[in-house]
Amino acid sequence: MKLSTKILSGTMLAGVSLAVILTGALTAAEAATPKDTVVMAKQIDDIISLDPAESFEFSGSEVVGNIYDRLLSYDFKDVSIIKGQVAESWSVAEDGLTYTFKIRKGMKFHSGNPVTAADAAYSLHRAVALNKSPAFILTQFGFTKDNMADRIRAPDAETLLIRVQKPVAPSFFYYCLTATVSSVVDSKLVKTKDVNGDFGNEFLKTNSAASGAYVLRSWKAKESYTLDANESYWAGKPKNKRVVVRHIAEAATQRLMLEKGDVDYARNLEKDQIIGLASNKSVVMDTGVKGSLMYLGLNQKNPILAKPEVRQALKMLVDYKSIEENILKGTRTTHQAFLPKGFLGALNETPFSFDLAKAKELLAKAGHPDGFSITMDVRNVAPYADVAQAVQASWAKAGVKLELVPGDGKQVLTKYRARNHDIFIGDWGPDYQDPHTNAETFAINLDNSDTTKSKTLAWRNTWDIPDMSKRTLAAVEERDSAKRAATYLALQKEHQATSPFVVMFQQIEVAAHPATVKGFVIGPSFDVNLYSQITK
Amino acid sequence: MTQAPHTLRGWLLSSDPQSRRQAHFGQAYRRWLALQRNPLALVGLAIVLGLILVAAFAPWIAPYSPILQELDNRLLPPSAAHWMGTDDLGRDILSRVLWGARITLTVVALVAVIVAPVGLAVGVIAGYFGGWVDAALMRVTDVFMAFPRLILALAFVAALGPGIENAVIAISITSWPPYARMARAETLTVRQSDFIAAARLLGASPFRILWGHIVPLCLSSLIVRVTLDMAGIILTAAGLGFLGLGAQPPSPEWGAMISAGRRFILDQWWVAAMPGLAILVVSLGFNLLGDGLRDVFDPKQK
Amino acid sequence: MSSLSLSSGALRRGGAAVLRLLVAIVLTLAGLLVVTFFIGRVMPIDPVLAVVGDRATEEVYQAAYKALGLDQSLFMQFWIYVTNVVQGDFGRSVLTSRPIVEDVLHYFPATLELATFGTLIGVCFGVPLGIQAAVHQGKWIDQVARFIGLLGYSAPVFWLGLMGLLVFYAKLDWVGGPGRLDVAYDDLVDPVTGVLMLDAALAGEWEVVGNAFSHLVLPSAVLGYNSMAYISRMTRSFMVEQLRQEYITTARVKGLSERRVVWRHALGNIAVPLITVIALSYAHLLEGSVLTETVFAWPGLGSYITASLLNADMNAVLGGTLIIGVTFIGINLFCDALYRLVDPRAKS
Repeated sequence: MKLSTKILSGTMLAGVSLAVILTGALTAAEAATPKDTVVMAKQIDDIISLDPAESFEFSGSEVVGNIYDRLLSYDFKDVSIIKGQVAESWSVAEDGLTYTFKIRKGMKFHSGNPVTAADAAYSLHRAVALNKSPAFILTQFGFTKDNMADRIRAPDAETLLIRVQKPVAPSFFYYCLTATVSSVVDSKLVKTKDVNGDFGNEFLKTNSAASGAYVLRSWKAKESYTLDANESYWAGKPKNKRVVVRHIAEAATQRLMLEKGDVDYARNLEKDQIIGLASNKSVVMDTGVKGSLMYLGLNQKNPILAKPEVRQALKMLVDYKSIEENILKGTRTTHQAFLPKGFLGALNETPFSFDLAKAKELLAKAGHPDGFSITMDVRNVAPYADVAQAVQASWAKAGVKLELVPGDGKQVLTKYRARNHDIFIGDWGPDYQDPHTNAETFAINLDNSDTTKSKTLAWRNTWDIPDMSKRTLAAVEERDSAKRAATYLALQKEHQATSPFVVMFQQIEVAAHPATVKGFVIGPSFDVNLYSQITK
Repeated sequence: MTQAPHTLRGWLLSSDPQSRRQAHFGQAYRRWLALQRNPLALVGLAIVLGLILVAAFAPWIAPYSPILQELDNRLLPPSAAHWMGTDDLGRDILSRVLWGARITLTVVALVAVIVAPVGLAVGVIAGYFGGWVDAALMRVTDVFMAFPRLILALAFVAALGPGIENAVIAISITSWPPYARMARAETLTVRQSDFIAAARLLGASPFRILWGHIVPLCLSSLIVRVTLDMAGIILTAAGLGFLGLGAQPPSPEWGAMISAGRRFILDQWWVAAMPGLAILVVSLGFNLLGDGLRDVFDPKQK
Repeated sequence: MSSLSLSSGALRRGGAAVLRLLVAIVLTLAGLLVVTFFIGRVMPIDPVLAVVGDRATEEVYQAAYKALGLDQSLFMQFWIYVTNVVQGDFGRSVLTSRPIVEDVLHYFPATLELATFGTLIGVCFGVPLGIQAAVHQGKWIDQVARFIGLLGYSAPVFWLGLMGLLVFYAKLDWVGGPGRLDVAYDDLVDPVTGVLMLDAALAGEWEVVGNAFSHLVLPSAVLGYNSMAYISRMTRSFMVEQLRQEYITTARVKGLSERRVVWRHALGNIAVPLITVIALSYAHLLEGSVLTETVFAWPGLGSYITASLLNADMNAVLGGTLIIGVTFIGINLFCDALYRLVDPRAKS
């Protein structure tokens, strides 16, 4: 007994000393972030390329937007004011077809090469020729690989001439040139990186050839990216030397790292983290309204959902107020039309609210006085899963039995795109700042067959609207802004009353940071979240 | 003990059983006595019985509905009204944990019912017939074992769609190989023994030999293995729920509850902690019981 | 704990056995290939989505669809897939736009680091615990050891990890948070081996070593606890058997101290089976614990394979799975070799 006690104590001693060694090394010195480096925690695992002709994900747009200059930009306070970036001035000919851009003088790429009209033309050419995801923003004006040399050209170093297929509202075209796909790349550099005629696509996926405020130092997929300041930026050198963005998937972790001083910005906080941080006086929130809309898509293939009364009833069975207040507060605001607030012609009225009696009446009229059973596909992450469950609970009050089918993002999306869903819950973000981007997808479906060329959201929900499609298309050609806005307002009213879309909420972007750090600009779109004015 | 008094105990403990049945019952009773001497195993047994009771009577025990949302009562800390607090949709966590016992029990029961026979069949067939049958079956087993288990289950759940039934199928697909391996090893040790040869000489069909002689010999290790595996199955199911695949909301699956609660871990720790504790207790119960059973069944340990 | 069915005797029967073994390995790997391909095809996830995103036009989508070879017949697809792999071309990952081989070399060391530390912790605590339990068989120490061990076996790792982060990182601030390093230390050390602590030590960046260690401790402790449970249990059962042997009694009679008897003689004799157990547990951790990696934002192989799987990026899934399969077989061979080397009975 005595001996074994000794053995026991010996073993315990070994264990304890190991534990001491382990914890001894744990005096994790609180590493404050370096003074001239800005560190952010953000979900960036959606980035698959940083080539402006290819990048089309939210996080990628933000990086590209900080690295590259585009021909045009707009005023963040009033989006209707177009501003020049690489182009110093711009004009459109009487016929509405030919646009002339004068290139800003004295601009240089990071490589030292001067920025010329030839670079701008090359950049648009390569976007059209590569024909990657965002290319349609340009090709919708009739550019093809074959005609681009003729339609987009640089007669001299300072002049860029672009000829579009048919006359459209000039602002529509200008807005498309503010998108990241229209970024101006360093053509001299990129041409040297061309592999098998890929226009340097392979190179630009992970490198930059730009003139903007930052140079891409490194991008490690799903881990982090690092940007170095461009000390000789034409619009003024950035106020910090380096920006490091680390992928942190969890909102709670982001908050924790912020409070520990491990990061300067937490970029994907949810309602409960925001509330939790409210008591922390040293933390401040920047917010900006973004164009992303959360909506339910009701597939018209389903005979029940195809009944107009059912669609309207479901819109009245969502408890917008309670969901916003209890689940989304601070991150989304109620919005019920397909154009987000801030867009030309956006309809800001919210006619729907939770109205059980009215909804029941409509359901009875549709022949479903006791409700019905239906499924909804939902991504298994916040806030979709929570909103879906809240919707499930409020629909149950009218007897609508909603079965939730959770899945990973791509899985849910695959089903939606194949039109195999009953109801889909998700987001839609505009591709550029012109109303046509959302109008096109929510209100155009020219060919409802399975083999259509254009799989808009209206198509995905099997909503056959030949007449509305024509009117929506016509709105693009209206060159008078006021008249154009009026058309969109009317379209949205009709859409609200008849469509199979339950538009619910618009996104508010939140960036939490210590009070001592300031200067982050949250623009109206994901590609204009700018780092260059951040100081610590 | 040599005497056989006219009591049940005496009959069971008789060292001179009069029938095969008496011998079986006697052995089982002796094992039960051995198990009784192991307090931890009894704790395990109590937990497992508790799980079954809770699952059976959840509707009567649970103070609230597991799916009733009261958004005004979100994230309340544990209190007299809500012993485990409320979650992010204002649901009573205790009620959800209690109802979740049903899901857990269903999963382990179904997986055990599917996996044990399949594994056993593959194993004894491979072991008994040998040759290319053995080689082929074992290669398939190896492939499934070399594949990371949770990832394989994840793939199948993704393919089959969410839902407890599909989670059961996915977990079963990934869980049978060790059983096959074990049954094969046991079969190999008895294949050449005299009584098998005798049965063969008497003209017994392979099926009869497998079913009548070999399978019964594998049963005791199978029972131990199944009990010990229960915890692993619970953890895999919870892991699937945690990764967002497997359970369908609003069903109170414990892993999914932890997953939902991790967002609130800093200020409302109980949302994630409570279902985790439930998993811990239940799988500990199965492990304690299984460990005790192994001691009882394993001749080497005695 | 799983292992390939390579019995320790398999190698002894000369060249034919070695050949059979090789065939078994090749068949297993080929099986992995088939299973991966099959999974990729039955999963209702569109691989094109990972390439072009949700907002691309139909034309762009179709071009990517063709580029991935999805317009070919299923048989052709499989054929192309197999011939590429056989030639060592694993293709590119869609998610990281890097060659798969590069990806695996990037993620595997992170898993290796975690698994190695986890196993170390498991051994340091598990072996003494198991020995104590054996020495005090049936006593309260045995029961306590058993309980501690089984507890480690019963706790969901993702939950344990979350609670650990809450207590030791958020509240007590003893350890580093999720990820392998504080952001401030990112990029200070060039990757040589990919094992961060080793790289930092080679570069003489001791502060980075410390920081990496503070991030490593918690996840590896969580994994280590789990493997400790297994190791202690097996140690106990080996030890119990040894302590019953005659030579132990002889040694005791000869007056050797109990400590010497237990730690030198008995432990020495169970070394081989124990190392096998440890190696198997190590192999298990090398599979990449998806859940631990998820909770700790650890960029390891498990989460890489999972993310690729959910994007139907089957090239990446296959690459990751194959290296795990190879490691698995390698560790099993190691155990076999060890038996032959050390175990006198196996030598003849």
